[in-house]
Amino acid sequence: MSAALLVRGGRVIDPESGVDAVQDVLVEDGVITRVAASVPAPEGARTIDATGKVVCPGFIDIHVHLREPGHEYKETVATGTRAAAAGGFTAVCSMANTDPVNDNGAVTDYILAKARAEGAVRVYPIGAVTRGLKGESLAELAELAEAGCVAFSDDGKCVMNAGLYRHAMEYVLPFGVPVISHAEDVHLARGASMNEGVVSTELGLGGAPATAEDVMVARDILLAELTGAHVHIAHLSTAGAVRLVREGKARGVRVTAEVTPHHLALTEDAVRAFDPNTKMAPPLRSKRDREALVEGLVDGTIDCIATDHAPHALSEKEGEYDHAAFGIVGLETAVAVLLDQLVHPGHVPLATLVARMTRDPARLLNLPGGRLTAGAPGDLTLLDLDAEHTVDPARFRSKSRNTPFGGRTFRGAPWMTIVGGRVVSP
Amino acid sequence: MSWTRKDLLTMRDLDAAEITMLIDTAASLQEIASREIKKVPALRGKTIVNLFYEASTRTRTSFEIAGKWLSADVINFSASGSSTSKGESFVDTAKNIAAMSPDVVVVRHSSSGAAELLARELTCSVVNAGDGAHEHPTQALLDLLTIREKKGHLDGLNVAIVGDISHSRVARSNIHGMRKLGMTVTVAGPPTLIPPFVQELGVKVAYRLEDAIRDVDVIMMLRLQHERMVAAGLIPSLREYSRYWGLTLDRLHAHARPDVLIMHPGPVNRGIELSPEVADGPYSLILDQVAKGVAVRMGVLFLLAGSKTGETA
Repeated sequence: MSAALLVRGGRVIDPESGVDAVQDVLVEDGVITRVAASVPAPEGARTIDATGKVVCPGFIDIHVHLREPGHEYKETVATGTRAAAAGGFTAVCSMANTDPVNDNGAVTDYILAKARAEGAVRVYPIGAVTRGLKGESLAELAELAEAGCVAFSDDGKCVMNAGLYRHAMEYVLPFGVPVISHAEDVHLARGASMNEGVVSTELGLGGAPATAEDVMVARDILLAELTGAHVHIAHLSTAGAVRLVREGKARGVRVTAEVTPHHLALTEDAVRAFDPNTKMAPPLRSKRDREALVEGLVDGTIDCIATDHAPHALSEKEGEYDHAAFGIVGLETAVAVLLDQLVHPGHVPLATLVARMTRDPARLLNLPGGRLTAGAPGDLTLLDLDAEHTVDPARFRSKSRNTPFGGRTFRGAPWMTIVGGRVVSP
Repeated sequence: MSWTRKDLLTMRDLDAAEITMLIDTAASLQEIASREIKKVPALRGKTIVNLFYEASTRTRTSFEIAGKWLSADVINFSASGSSTSKGESFVDTAKNIAAMSPDVVVVRHSSSGAAELLARELTCSVVNAGDGAHEHPTQALLDLLTIREKKGHLDGLNVAIVGDISHSRVARSNIHGMRKLGMTVTVAGPPTLIPPFVQELGVKVAYRLEDAIRDVDVIMMLRLQHERMVAAGLIPSLREYSRYWGLTLDRLHAHARPDVLIMHPGPVNRGIELSPEVADGPYSLILDQVAKGVAVRMGVLFLLAGSKTGETA
C-alpha cells in the first residue's frame, strides 16, 4: 500500500490511551505501527515535522449530509469528503435523506462505491429507519446493515409513530447498531423557523419551543428502555434534553447524544439579522440552553460533537427567512469554531474536545479509528492551536456556502489531515 | 436634528426623537389633504415603487396617494399579477427593480424580515409596509399621530391592544413605539394568541377583556384572521371568540372610561372583534387613522427621499 509516514515531534493527544505528550507516530501500510518518543524513520518514509502542532486520532463526524445521490447540486461524495478533509475529519457518516433515500442496500452500495472511487476520507453510510423516510413502514434494515450501514436514522424527520419506532429499535437489536433520533415533535414545531422565545416574539417568526425536542427525547429514552435498544439523539439543543439524557444514562438506559458546533457557539440572538444561514433544525436556542450543552459535553452526558453538515444551494438560503431551507454547512468551520469558542476561553479542556471527536464517536458506532495505538487505522488529525483564520465561504471545498460564520476570525484550525497514512489535506 | 437613515424598517430601531420627528413631519404635511390642488413638488422627479407581495388595498393606496401628492412617480408592483407567479424569487425581483433605479421601494410581504432582506440588497431607500408578523412601522406612526392629535400628548397614556397579538405586526410596531414615547401598554387576548415572553417587551398582559380595557385611554382592537385561527387550534370558534373578546357597546359602557378612544388598523371584521355600533360610534377613530395614514406616509417618503434635495413642501 502506501509508503511509511512518520509524524515527528508533535504533541500527541490520544484519549483512548490517555497519552498527552510529545511523541512520534509511525504509519505503515495505512496502519499505525508505533507511537513513542523518538521513533526512527524507516527507509523511504515520508517525515512530517509536527513540532508545535497537536497530533490527534482522525476526527470522526457521525452526522453529515453528503447529498449524493439526488442532490448533487448541493454536495457530492467527492466535494463533501474534500470539505471533511479540509476541516480535519478523516471519517464521516452520511445521512440517509438522499434521493433515492438510502432505504435499501443498492443505495448503500452506490454511496460506498462513490466513496471508494472519489472520496477523500472514509464514508460510513447511515440507513433510513422507514421506507422513503415517510414514517409509515420499516426500511429494509437487515439488508442495509449487511451492506454496511453503521446506524439507522430518518434524520431531518422525526418518526412520529412511536409504535413503528419501537419496532425499528427491536428489529435492529441483533445488528448491534443504534437508531439515531431527530427528536422534534412535528406538531409542536409546526410553522417554526427558529427557537420560541423573546427573539421569535420580537421578530414575528414562528418558533419551536424547546419542549418540541424534549418530549421526543423523553419518548425515545423510554422506548430505548422498553426495547433495550441503543438510541442516539442527534443534535441535542436544549437544556431539558441534556437533563433527560443525563437521567436516562444514570438509570442505565442505552442512550447517547451528540451536539453540533453551532449549538455550542451561537444562540437565537444570531437570528436577529434574518440571515437564513442561522436557520436550522433544531434551531439555535437560548443562552441557558447553550450553557447546558457545554456542561453536558464536558461531563460526558453528550458523547460526541457532530456537525450536521447540511449543504444547500445559495438560492435555497438567500431569500425570505421563513421560506429558506433548514441547515448549514459545518465541516470546514467546526474545528476552528470549537477551538476558538470552547477551548481557548477555557470552557472545554482540549483533551475532552479531542475525545468527543475521536474515541467517543468511534465507540458509539463501533467504527475503526478514534485512537492512536498500534493496529489502528493510520488516520490522524493535526491541529494548529494558534493559527488565526478568517472564514471565507468562497474558498470552501464544499459545493455550498451556507455558513453563519462567514467573515468571522477564529484562533485555532486543522493543520493537516491524514487518512490511512496519506495526507489528504492540505 | 436631521433624518439620517436610508430605510424605515422597524420601530424597534428608532429612538424617541426619530419617532417624534416622523410624526411632526407628517403633522406638518397633513394640510395638503385639504387643499384644492393636492400637490406639492417635494418629490418631483423621484420614483417610488410599491412592491406588494400581499393583498392590501388600504396601505398600498395610502402610499400611492402620499407619493402622488408629493409629485413623485409611483409605480405599483403587485406580486399576484407579476413575476412571482412565474417563479421568480424575491431576491431576483429585488435586483431587477434595483436595476431600474428607483428612489424608494415600499415593500409589503408575508415573510418576517423581508424588508430587511430588501434593504440589504438595494442601495435606495426601503420602507417596510408590513413584513409577516414582524413590524408595520407606518401603521404605528399613524396610530401615534392619531392619538396625539386627540389627546394632545402621548407621554403617560394607557393603551390596551386586544386580539391576536401573536400574529400582529401592528401590535409589535405599536408596542415599540408606544413604549419609547412613555406610554403604558397592556396586550390582551386568549393565551394562545399572546406570544411567549411578550412581557420582556415592556408590556402588561391581560387575559380578560374587562381587565384590559379598564382605565385605559385607548383601546386598539386587532383584526382576527379567523379561518386560520380556528384551523390552527388556537381558538375554538368564531362564536366563542366574539363572545369573550368582541368589543360591544355594553362592555364598553360597563368597563371602559367614558372618554376612551377606539382604534383598529382595519379591515374590521364587523361583529367579531368590534360590534358595528362601536366601529361607527363616537369613540371610534378608525377613519381618522386612515386619514393620518396618508400624512404619515408623506412624512416618511419626504424624509427618506426629499430632504436631501433641500426642497420643502
